[in-house]
Amino acid sequence: MVGFICDHAQVVPLSITVYTNPWMQKPTFSASEKLQRKRPKYLDLMEIRQPLPAVVSLLHRVSGALLFFPGIPLLLCSFDMVLNSPQGYAQFQSLLANPLLKGILILSLWFFVHHFCAGIRFLALDLHYGGTLEQARLSSKVVLAAGIILTLLISVLMW
Amino acid sequence: MKRIVTGAHYGLRDWLAQRVTAVVMAIFILLLAAMLLISPPHDYASWKAIFSDRWMRIASFLFLVSLFWHAWIGMRNILMDYVHAAGIRLILQILVILSLLFYTVWSVEILWAVELV
Repeated sequence: MVGFICDHAQVVPLSITVYTNPWMQKPTFSASEKLQRKRPKYLDLMEIRQPLPAVVSLLHRVSGALLFFPGIPLLLCSFDMVLNSPQGYAQFQSLLANPLLKGILILSLWFFVHHFCAGIRFLALDLHYGGTLEQARLSSKVVLAAGIILTLLISVLMW
Repeated sequence: MKRIVTGAHYGLRDWLAQRVTAVVMAIFILLLAAMLLISPPHDYASWKAIFSDRWMRIASFLFLVSLFWHAWIGMRNILMDYVHAAGIRLILQILVILSLLFYTVWSVEILWAVELV
């Protein structure tokens, strides 16, 4: 009989009495704290200054969306033109003579190069390289700069 | 866990696929860039010569399929983050999938038409 009671007592896990304390008081707030909690959140997008890694991340997402559309159809269109007839190739060349289209191409190139560089940064972060705050800030500066420099370099090489 | 039709696969698969396709694309792009730097093609014939090689076509197709797969995961993440109405999200996701399937067929057409011209 005694043994049975002991066994039964052992079944009750000790941790329950430790972690779910029914007598624990709920946090109370003073009047001024309640007022502060009711204040509207400040979400003026023009006024929020994001840290640089956040800017790199946002640009990665925005460039990714734009590379999907109109990026992919434009890429395939150009690919089709350049590869599949001498007339198409000549037409593509004459389109590029237009400064507006040239500008759009350079902008698209920047979206691509930034997405590429930022993507490599994210792969490195996945592998636990450059995870500290200083390293993350430095690498986001490097990615932004590399995106712009490589875009200019490729543009110069193309023309 | 509450699972919904337009939600994620609740696992590592897509996360990993996004990274694997990224690496495949990066390798292809770096090799292509090196190739174009070493011997820059200046006319139609030289561009055509590059892509008339069978292995180049296969590599390009692999690159494009990786691109479409990668784009699907990225677009799905974006839609999951910003489009909260399940019906609209489903429609947009279907449109993304259909466009990517269309692009895949178009890529085959472009790459394997080079010889016929």
